[in-house]
Amino acid sequence: MWKLLKYMKTYRKEAVLAPAFKLLEALFELFVPLLMARIIDIGIREQDQGYIVQMCLWMAVLGLTGLVCSITAQYFSARAAVGFASKLRSSLFAHIQSLSFSKLDTVGASTMITRMTSDINQVQSGVNLFLRLFLRSPFIVFGAMVMAFTVDAKAAVIFVVVIPLLCVIVFGVMLISIPVYKKVQGRLDRVVALTRENLQGVRVIRAFCREPQEIKAFERENQALVRVQLFSGRISAIMNPLTYVVVNGGLLVLLYTGAGRVDEGILLQGSVVALVNYMSQILVELVKLANLIITVTKAIACGNRIQAVFELQPGMERRAACTQTASQDGRTEEMVSFEHAALRYPGAAADSLTDISFSVKRGETVGIIGGTGAGKTSLVSLIPRFYDVSAGCVKVKGRDVREYPPEELRAMVGMVMQKAVLFQGTIRENLLWGNENATDGELCEAIRTAQAEDVVFGAKSGLDAAVKQGGQNFSGGQRQRLAIARALVRKPEILILDDSASALDFATDARLRQAIAGLPGEMTVFIVSQRASSLKHADKILVLEDGEIADMGTHEELLGRCSVYQEICDAQFPGREDHEQ
Amino acid sequence: MNNEEQKQTIKKVLRCIRPHGILVALSLLMALVFVALTLYVPVLTGRVIDHMTGPGAVEFDAVFGLMKQILGAVLLTAGAQWIMNAANNRIVYRVSGEVREQAFRRIEELPLQYLDAHSSGDMVSRVVADVDQFSDDLLMGFTQLFTGVITILGTLGFMLCVNVGITLVVVLLTPVSLLVARFIAGRTYRMFRRQSETRGEQTALIDEMIGNQKVVQAYGQEKRVQEKFDEINDRLSSYSLQAIFFSSITNPATRFVNSLVYIGVGLTGAFAAVRGAMTVGQLSAFLSYANQYTKPFNEISGVVTELQNALACAGRVFALIEAAAQTPDADPAEKLPEDPGCLSLEHVCFSYTPEKKLIEDFNLEVKEGQRIAIVGPTGCGKTTMINLLMRFYDVDSGAVKIEGKDIRALTRRSLRSSFGMVLQDTWIRSGTIRDNICMGYPDASEEEMIEAAKKAHAHSFIKRLPQGYDTVIGENGGSLSQGQRQLLCIARVMLCLPPMLILDEATSSIDLRTEIRIQKAFQTMMEGRTSFIVAHRLSTVRNADVILVMKDGNIIEKGDHQSLLAQNGFYAKLYEAQFAEVQ
Repeated sequence: MWKLLKYMKTYRKEAVLAPAFKLLEALFELFVPLLMARIIDIGIREQDQGYIVQMCLWMAVLGLTGLVCSITAQYFSARAAVGFASKLRSSLFAHIQSLSFSKLDTVGASTMITRMTSDINQVQSGVNLFLRLFLRSPFIVFGAMVMAFTVDAKAAVIFVVVIPLLCVIVFGVMLISIPVYKKVQGRLDRVVALTRENLQGVRVIRAFCREPQEIKAFERENQALVRVQLFSGRISAIMNPLTYVVVNGGLLVLLYTGAGRVDEGILLQGSVVALVNYMSQILVELVKLANLIITVTKAIACGNRIQAVFELQPGMERRAACTQTASQDGRTEEMVSFEHAALRYPGAAADSLTDISFSVKRGETVGIIGGTGAGKTSLVSLIPRFYDVSAGCVKVKGRDVREYPPEELRAMVGMVMQKAVLFQGTIRENLLWGNENATDGELCEAIRTAQAEDVVFGAKSGLDAAVKQGGQNFSGGQRQRLAIARALVRKPEILILDDSASALDFATDARLRQAIAGLPGEMTVFIVSQRASSLKHADKILVLEDGEIADMGTHEELLGRCSVYQEICDAQFPGREDHEQ
Repeated sequence: MNNEEQKQTIKKVLRCIRPHGILVALSLLMALVFVALTLYVPVLTGRVIDHMTGPGAVEFDAVFGLMKQILGAVLLTAGAQWIMNAANNRIVYRVSGEVREQAFRRIEELPLQYLDAHSSGDMVSRVVADVDQFSDDLLMGFTQLFTGVITILGTLGFMLCVNVGITLVVVLLTPVSLLVARFIAGRTYRMFRRQSETRGEQTALIDEMIGNQKVVQAYGQEKRVQEKFDEINDRLSSYSLQAIFFSSITNPATRFVNSLVYIGVGLTGAFAAVRGAMTVGQLSAFLSYANQYTKPFNEISGVVTELQNALACAGRVFALIEAAAQTPDADPAEKLPEDPGCLSLEHVCFSYTPEKKLIEDFNLEVKEGQRIAIVGPTGCGKTTMINLLMRFYDVDSGAVKIEGKDIRALTRRSLRSSFGMVLQDTWIRSGTIRDNICMGYPDASEEEMIEAAKKAHAHSFIKRLPQGYDTVIGENGGSLSQGQRQLLCIARVMLCLPPMLILDEATSSIDLRTEIRIQKAFQTMMEGRTSFIVAHRLSTVRNADVILVMKDGNIIEKGDHQSLLAQNGFYAKLYEAQFAEVQ
């Protein structure tokens, strides 16, 4: 939590001014009883009505000044808290965006979303209250103690006992509460996850008529959450009664010693009244403090959860260029090469890829085919360095991918992932992701190549057609074609199609491949596909099995010698005999 | 939300609290005890002080007696406060739990039209963040409102006993405080609402971008996304600043009014004392009570802003809870006979948005056990067919009939459980593999489950997972590959084997070797079952009884493989495109 305070830096002025004005206000508040005492001691005793009016006016002035100070304090603290939270949110978002793929895999989206939203909100209100009241309350508590000492040092010793005792209670409860609030947040995460999951899988759930079971599962999680919440509530419910007992215990001792001191003639009756008043002032402040502590405790627990995200290292360091090869001119023949590359995902028991070696020349088309879980996606993910190899290396233009600045590397690569994702906005906005400076002409060209003309221009609004969240207003095939267009807009040197035409019908798929092959320039293309027909014309086909390259060659070569490939093709073209008849 | 809506929201909140009436009564009772005793302790203390008039004149017996009473009162007070807190906690957490549950139930009942049109991030924020905020503020409000009101009444009583005239001064001045609080609250409500809306917008963006962070990074869009985020963030922060600042003015402002009350009491009291109408002791008691009386007003006005905020959140939650549910099952609803198979679509018209027509006057007759393949260019309405068959969406006109019965006359359960569906977008829930496979048939035995997994060719990869069938899968399939997820989805359908099947490009990301085996399993599964297959693989299509070639929402060709080829139309062209590659 404390490390987060650096985001407060810009608001240092506000963070100092807010409590300062608050203290000023508290100070004015301490003067009011003093004036009232004068009214009683001087005004009433001497029957001086003018004096009484004068003192009352003074009190009004104090009240007004207090009001101004207080509003100033509220303003500064709101500014500091909101500014802090806003900075924190922005930095956390930036940090999450900098996390590597393997980190993203391990953390999971829904916890990050709660941390971005409800956790930060809690921190914001915590900071706000802290600035407004956390200094004021101790100030009044200790101020009252100092006042008590000026009245009677011996009787005031009780304050020295009571105040630390109260601190122990207050901070004790706080210490116990923090882990409990952590648990509450953890439970809340589960509820978020369940809700999200249900919204995403709503079709499947309804198809299986699972609504009642889902509701039951939610009830279970929800009940668990309520139970932890109740437990945490029970802990904080103890605090107020406990402090009340302690303060009033102190009061009794005070009365007891007071009675003795009055009897001895050391103290006056009025002084005892003053001491009692200070004791009750402490109680009033403590009640406020206790409520605050609940909020602040929550804020700290949430702050720690946010801190935990910040502590995740982005995970990928750029390696210093140790081997400066002759690749600087950018025209090397060898575009991509794998040298004994292996990949093991964090936490996985076995390698997903082992000893992968091959190289691809500029302008070549490479097909990758293989069974489910054979490592096709893993393999292409290494090219734009989504993951780091665990052994060997991957080179692009003769240079280890780890030596490139990530932006430079990824700018060379157009990647279309298995699951086509579009973002809320317009089609144009989505396509511009590929290249911000693309003209409408270039966008249309990419759309034509991706066979998405009917998707874009079938609708009246064309490039400005709205895209709903997740592209839900487009079918799977439409999304895939738009995702391909997005990659093409970039005019990448390396284009990777990771099974990204799976929802397309054959005619569209065939036209797409022809169009891509017909593009000017020497684009190196990787096609991961289930369809042998999509790969048939590739210069090189890699057949993957269990994370290893089973064979590599052209369609004809593989048909001749690779049993795995033959089996795939037999399945693929059952209609051949028909046609030959 | 205007006043009327606010009132409605309050009514709804009260309705949610009603079942906890006993706890509310207990809480109220304890609040009463707590406040009465808190007010009584100073009286006792004052009496103790009265017994110590000067040196040598302290009446120790009386002092000790009173001190015992104080001790008793203090312990009772603490006890009452503890019970009150506990009761309040219980009420608030239970109510928020129940509201969350209601919201979730409603999500399960909302028509897909609603769910497709609303961002899931926003809905999640309603179910979680808004309910949370609403319960938090409610808890604070609940505790402070009760004690505040009772303290006011209690002190008022005590003050009336001492001096009626000065009490009137207090009573006449306090409404000013309430007016100020009301004035500010009315203005802050709008800002809280704007804050809440912007927050929803931001949550939606976070949901979208963090959920698809990999794509964002692949396109190096971090900066642009960040800019967009910062734009919303800045807007949110300015709304928050306004909302928080203006609401926090309430406290100082009412405190100022209160100090005016204090001064008023001091002034009139002092004048009365000068006239001899009041003793100094009475005045000081009065002043302390005036303080007691005005302090709850601070709290209550604080509560008002908190409750405003809670109401804004509650309003959003109730908006979700009260969103129109899907049309309920017809009453009395019919059930399908055992093993239905005949199906017809009669003059079906359907579109997602009125301005863009999709399916018009669609007719189709399916006989029992037929295999219907739907092919056509992407976006021609194939997925829409599934939405209609499963009644995810209702037709605009015309009817879908099974065994001659309009599906709108059937229970959804009866309709949907007679279809087995594998969708293009695989969805795996977090939980074990077992949970996922047994989703449609939770009572399946171990053997049945393994049998289904074997048929779906999922058994071999499941076996290799660290804990086999008990391996826990993370959010949305986590570590499984796309193909493995699809195998699981197939196993899920294999296990319950309903009389009709809908396969939506189900095998598109499974490698072909596995697919052949699945195709074989599907052949046996489809034996005697009416099946709809949205597929691109000609091998699948060729075995179909009827092939529907769709374009722009309409069937343009209909027939079996051979006859369609012979027609040399659109289908033939599609087929050639694939076939040309093979040669």
